Amino acid sequence: MKTIRSKLVVASLAVATGLLATSAQAQQKQLTLCWAAWDPANALVELSKDFTAKSGIQMKFEFVPWPNFAQRMLNELNSKGKLCDLLIGDSQWIGSAATEGHYVRLNEFFDKSGIRMSDFAPATVEGYSTWPKGSKNYYALPAMGDAVAFTYRKDWFARPDLRAEFKQKTGRELDPPKTWDEFKAIAQFFQNRVIDGKKVYGAALYTERGSEGITMGVSNTMYAYGMEYDNPKKPYDMKGFINGPGAVKGLKFYKELYDCCTPPGHSNAYMTENLDAYKSGQVAMQMNFIAFFPGISKDPQVGGEKSGFFAMPKGDKQLAQLGGQGISVVKYSDKQEAALEYIKWFAQPNIQQRWWDAGGASTHMAVLGKPGFEKSAPYAPVYLESMKIVKDFWAEPAYAQLLLAMQSRVHNYVVAGKGTPQEALDGLLKDWTDVFKEDGKLK
Amino acid sequence: MNTSLTARHGLSDRALAWMFVLPTVILLLAFNIFPLLWTIYLSFTNFRANRPNLDVDWVGFSNYTRVLNDEAVWGHMQATAHFLCWSITLQILIGFGLALLLNRRFRSHSFWSTAILLPMMLAPAVVGTFWKYFFEPQYGIFNYIVGLLGGPKDFTMLGDGDLSPWAIVLVDTWMWAPYVMLLLLAGLRSIPPYLYEAAEIDRASEWTKFWRVTLPMVMPFIVLAVLFRAIENFKMFDLVDQLTNGGPGSITELASISLKREAFEKWRTGYASALAIILFVSIYGMSMVAVRFLDRVKQR
Repeated sequence: MKTIRSKLVVASLAVATGLLATSAQAQQKQLTLCWAAWDPANALVELSKDFTAKSGIQMKFEFVPWPNFAQRMLNELNSKGKLCDLLIGDSQWIGSAATEGHYVRLNEFFDKSGIRMSDFAPATVEGYSTWPKGSKNYYALPAMGDAVAFTYRKDWFARPDLRAEFKQKTGRELDPPKTWDEFKAIAQFFQNRVIDGKKVYGAALYTERGSEGITMGVSNTMYAYGMEYDNPKKPYDMKGFINGPGAVKGLKFYKELYDCCTPPGHSNAYMTENLDAYKSGQVAMQMNFIAFFPGISKDPQVGGEKSGFFAMPKGDKQLAQLGGQGISVVKYSDKQEAALEYIKWFAQPNIQQRWWDAGGASTHMAVLGKPGFEKSAPYAPVYLESMKIVKDFWAEPAYAQLLLAMQSRVHNYVVAGKGTPQEALDGLLKDWTDVFKEDGKLK
Repeated sequence: MNTSLTARHGLSDRALAWMFVLPTVILLLAFNIFPLLWTIYLSFTNFRANRPNLDVDWVGFSNYTRVLNDEAVWGHMQATAHFLCWSITLQILIGFGLALLLNRRFRSHSFWSTAILLPMMLAPAVVGTFWKYFFEPQYGIFNYIVGLLGGPKDFTMLGDGDLSPWAIVLVDTWMWAPYVMLLLLAGLRSIPPYLYEAAEIDRASEWTKFWRVTLPMVMPFIVLAVLFRAIENFKMFDLVDQLTNGGPGSITELASISLKREAFEKWRTGYASALAIILFVSIYGMSMVAVRFLDRVKQR
């Protein structure tokens, strides 16, 4: 009896050990990739099945809605959490993630794996991968090229009656605008117009207050009229640049657009709200990240021939706010080798091509430079054009402070209508100077 | 007998008492006292939770000086004061009015009592979210009703710098006036009927009865309601965060929202700790004044 009992104990222990080992092995063969919850993330889930098939490594995904994405992921990094092995993080995080050692430096790995950063669009390498800017220290592989651009109701623009009326009023054809003045004229033309028995409005612009929305919107007009973050010859010298005449003109123009041409109550709108306004047929034009354009192309209400796309209009210059992200390996991951294997797989030109085909936005030159790329999707020409004119917000370790200061100052002027554009930007200069002093970058 | 029993088991009454109290004391120390002391310590440093590699330096009172000299902080304090004063005033007036109505017996009294209490049973974040839709200019019921009453329809309650501070006051009043009503109703029900009988014998008018009997007798409850609502509204976060997110600009950015931004979005931990301590002392001071006043009212 005693022998049987001891045999049973030994057998149970063996089974338990076996189960534990299997579970540990499964754990070891699984990677968690963290990103924002949006259309391209779903495309990546599909694409990653190829990685699992080739490597045997299972992929788990942690997608966080945009409004909480930054806070959730930055908390994760700051607490040295092990939730994410791979992180597709915003371009502005690169400074703090590199400085604080949250991301693995990838230079050696790139050299060893034959990944050349010259194979990717230069603006995206600069924006998503390097820190300090201008150096060749890489902390991410460009994963999702993106910029702010516009969609418009091609079917409304094509209506003969509207075209004739617009021509009569402005002397111009009702075509996608090339300049900001043309944009404003078109937005005014559509504002409060009744189309198919429904009142419509000019444009859905970014006006969100809490995270980064209004900054991602207003920077486009500010860049267009000559705003610079700082003196190109003297870093962090911001006086006369962030609050110079060009910046003031750009900010004032954005407010005029907000006042004249957005739907009522469009005072706290970002990606989702703009998509809703556009898809529900409320607006003629929509500002949004290009990442949403594949979804719009296929949308049953506004997709197909109903929608067209255009890049940021020109002011004195033509510049667009950079969006997009790079993929990084999290330093606190226990599975760095497998994570690097994923990046190696992802960097292959054929996978990058499939990434583009699936609705992602590759920045690999083999994809962008391929003959016929411009015709590969209705938004492809806009993507190509935009990636050549992008400019990014600060990517400093203190970017969150810089961003929130701009959100508050700009929203106060554009939406709440308090003060003048000059006062708003003088206030911003003061806030940013304080931040850089606190950070030891200014004395 | 007891002593001998416990002595036999090696535990004195005192030790036994400690044994029961100790878990609570430990929890209190761990979750209340230690974080408070740690926050006080952090408020004297330049610590930033998102920059663990930076040296943590002792900066003396500089965080406190910066908070008190920060124009933005005073702006947030002003927004908080506006919200606090108006929401409490309206809640007391409406709550008292409702309590006076419900203090009389009428048909469907119970139904109305329960219906009026419904808003305070909802979660503040939920209230903030659905009022955001009510205030939506294109399809919201609020603009529709204002339009029906002959007012303008095309205004933006949450996006307008002048209207948004009133939007948060309105929603908070809608939610919490029933709570004030409940407190004051308890006060009204505790007034002995013989006081009104004596007043009637003296041929006192309705106004005199209200002014000389009802109001003085309910005053301690009013002070209590003011105290509770002031403490709650000083740290109001979820409702306003959902409704306006502090906007437009920073017009409805109350002290609590600003504290959260400093601590968990800008990651200025030392500065945010100093701000938290200043807010804590303000609430504590305000509560002390209210409690003193309550004592004085009760002694009268």
